[in-house]
Amino acid sequence: MTHPPQATEYTLVLGGEAGQGLQTIGTVLARTAQAAGLHVLVTHEFMSRIRGGSNSTAVRIATTPVRATTDRIDVCVLLDADALPRLRGRCGESTLLVGDPALFADVAELVPLALGALSSQVGGALYTGSVVCGFLVRLLGWPLAVLATALERVFGESQSLVKNLAAARLGWEAGAEHHGRLTLTLGTPRPDRLLLDGSQCVALGALAGGCTFVASYPMSPATGVLIHLARQARAHGVVVEQAEDEISAVNMALGAWYAGGRALVTTSGGGFDLMAEGLSLCGIIESPLVIHLAQRPGPGTGLPTRSEQGDLEIARYSGHGEFPRAILAPGSAEEAYACTAHAFRMADAAQSPVFVLTDQHLLDGVQDLAPLPLPEAPPESQIKATTADYRRYAPGPDGVSPRGIPGFGEGLVRVDSDEHDAHGRITEDFTVRIAMVDKRLAKLRLLSEDLALAPRLHGPENFRRLIVGWGSTTAPALEALERVRPEETSYLHCVQLYPLSPALLAYLERAERIIVIEGNATGQFARLLRAECGCAIAAEWHKYNGLAFSADEVETLLRTEVSA
Amino acid sequence: MTTHTWTCPDCDVAWCPGCGNHGILKLVGETLAELELDPRETVFVSGIGQAAKLPQYVNAHHFNGLHGRALPAATAIRASNPGLTVIAESGDGDMYGEGGNHFLHCIRRNPNLTNIVHNNMVYGLTKGQASPTSERGFVTPLQVAGVINEPFNPLAVAIALDASFVARAYVGNTKETRALLRAAITHRGYALVDLLQPCVTFNKQNTYQWFAEHTAPLPDDHDPADRVQAFARACEDEPLRLGIFYRQDKPVFEEQLEAYADDARPLYERRLDLDRLAATMRAMG
Repeated sequence: MTHPPQATEYTLVLGGEAGQGLQTIGTVLARTAQAAGLHVLVTHEFMSRIRGGSNSTAVRIATTPVRATTDRIDVCVLLDADALPRLRGRCGESTLLVGDPALFADVAELVPLALGALSSQVGGALYTGSVVCGFLVRLLGWPLAVLATALERVFGESQSLVKNLAAARLGWEAGAEHHGRLTLTLGTPRPDRLLLDGSQCVALGALAGGCTFVASYPMSPATGVLIHLARQARAHGVVVEQAEDEISAVNMALGAWYAGGRALVTTSGGGFDLMAEGLSLCGIIESPLVIHLAQRPGPGTGLPTRSEQGDLEIARYSGHGEFPRAILAPGSAEEAYACTAHAFRMADAAQSPVFVLTDQHLLDGVQDLAPLPLPEAPPESQIKATTADYRRYAPGPDGVSPRGIPGFGEGLVRVDSDEHDAHGRITEDFTVRIAMVDKRLAKLRLLSEDLALAPRLHGPENFRRLIVGWGSTTAPALEALERVRPEETSYLHCVQLYPLSPALLAYLERAERIIVIEGNATGQFARLLRAECGCAIAAEWHKYNGLAFSADEVETLLRTEVSA
Repeated sequence: MTTHTWTCPDCDVAWCPGCGNHGILKLVGETLAELELDPRETVFVSGIGQAAKLPQYVNAHHFNGLHGRALPAATAIRASNPGLTVIAESGDGDMYGEGGNHFLHCIRRNPNLTNIVHNNMVYGLTKGQASPTSERGFVTPLQVAGVINEPFNPLAVAIALDASFVARAYVGNTKETRALLRAAITHRGYALVDLLQPCVTFNKQNTYQWFAEHTAPLPDDHDPADRVQAFARACEDEPLRLGIFYRQDKPVFEEQLEAYADDARPLYERRLDLDRLAATMRAMG
């Protein structure tokens, strides 16, 4: 139980069952860290149930920004009896085990906290969380005021706040003999910093991209985005509809774009499968469409509340026929915002579907961040007023025809899922067919070049070993690289997974040894890279147990690689 | 706009000679002309099938989408620009079979659109299989021993869902059908017109003669405000009653959306308010 006198970070893990308020505790601790002038990342791993089960919330608090999880646990708070067997494997000799002695009488090393007795003094189990927070703040040697600030923010002015403040005080007082056992010095408060999860960032990105319409069917982990947009429906004038199924949702989105809306669908693997037909329709009618595809482990229902990067290939290959599309994969909350906003611009400009491919880990993770940059100007729609002789599919540069909408101009706007001529009327003329296929495919250049998001290289430009990753693997990979600092090694964070940009291909060409890391079992991005550019991939690092990579796991892989 | 030619005389029409769709196209065109609608603000939405080709032959906007999926697209078009007149038109297989779930939920939403369903009790474009409305015993190349499923009763379902306008017409009764289409298009809310028509190629059972013999107008004393009576008459199949079974005023989907609470403009006229986005970000974070 020794800690460096001036630690730079701690990971606090709380284990309990659904319904015990783990998420609220995570939020309160995150707000506390923010009030303490520190940086924080809160991640949740939970079972697919409303009550019971065994869940945990990890709160990593540090003096510098943190975006990856670690396997190490400094303090493990046990809220129910099942938490100990579930988390014990991650606890080391130095881990402080905090729990109610009434539940863990036989755990010799237990740091006792009479959660049941203390919370009942305030009003019952509902206040356990605030007792825990009070105790942890004392453990960190912080004044209660820091926690009070957080509780005020989370609970607002209410009777509930009064009781939670009382509970926090009880916890804080109960921790007197452990005061300052952990030492993480308070920083300068940064009131300008925000505390957001990935879902909120996607929703804000949609608004920044000019989203005015969202239709979707609830499905974890994609629902958060729908909820956050629903809350903004009035303020930002967004049509929000819970569709009867995902088939309806995607067809609504296409109807909305057709009539002048800027539409988003948010879904996960199984729900997206139902949208495949609509995606194909999007391809032939040349509609813009933004699809937020929130990955969770499949196939079938899979692990509904967990994380994986297993749906790149459905994003890439779903939908019958041949048509262009783009896939963006944010690796951070900031990128979730930027990619979603950019997806609207991209979809509108190239009249094509654009995916924002996220996962549960990114969406549910809460972190502090600088205010997200506002667009310089409101996004300008590519809609054109029509003239009387308007033809929806008239030839245009890069295959893009001026996009009119009904009710804006003198012309008629005809779109058709059958092969069609420039007027949008059905045709089976073979020459027109070839011209239309070529016209549609010509838009791919815009997506791979003019509108593409370039990859980000982390590490020296003169690398020989290149580790390539995307999405949620990036944060742990970067932290692992920082720890190991292997020579002549860089990490290429691919923000756009398809189509591959010339900039990305140039990096691959320069590498002597390419390693692809991704959270799936078969190496979907590695396969796409081989197919698209024929590059040799020396090694692939996979993870597919339902959890995102931790920095420690990547560190282990990296050390093995370096020592080989 | 009375001079607008609503139907397209030069179009290469894909329907068989004698098909009921020709009559429907003519009636729809005449009704639109009577109503003096502006084609620049009129959108036809359809799925796939022979009926779904009707928008191809109309001089208006069209969104000819996927089989069964016309209603979600039509709903969203209305919700994105409430100034448009939206007519969702397709066949019985499209609307009641492939699109059955959308049919149910579109009625629940009650967007202000007209849903014209060409009901010929057979699949035409796929060459003669049973449709959801085929009668029991109807023999087809696929239902070789005859249909064994209960026919779908769109009117009864719509009335059960408390739809805002439910009607049935027969293409052979031109005057009555025109009046009914007119009532449906001008109705505020979702309006279903189940439009009976023969398929001269694949349905030798439900012919022009059969429809003439097996349909009759609703009785003079029918009260379209009486839901129970409407349901009872929708359940009758001999004869099949024609007319407006049920009609009521009820809240319209797009008029209740939060997006229009403070702003009546269609979505395409709106631009992001950067200050508001900054405020939202601050409130969330």
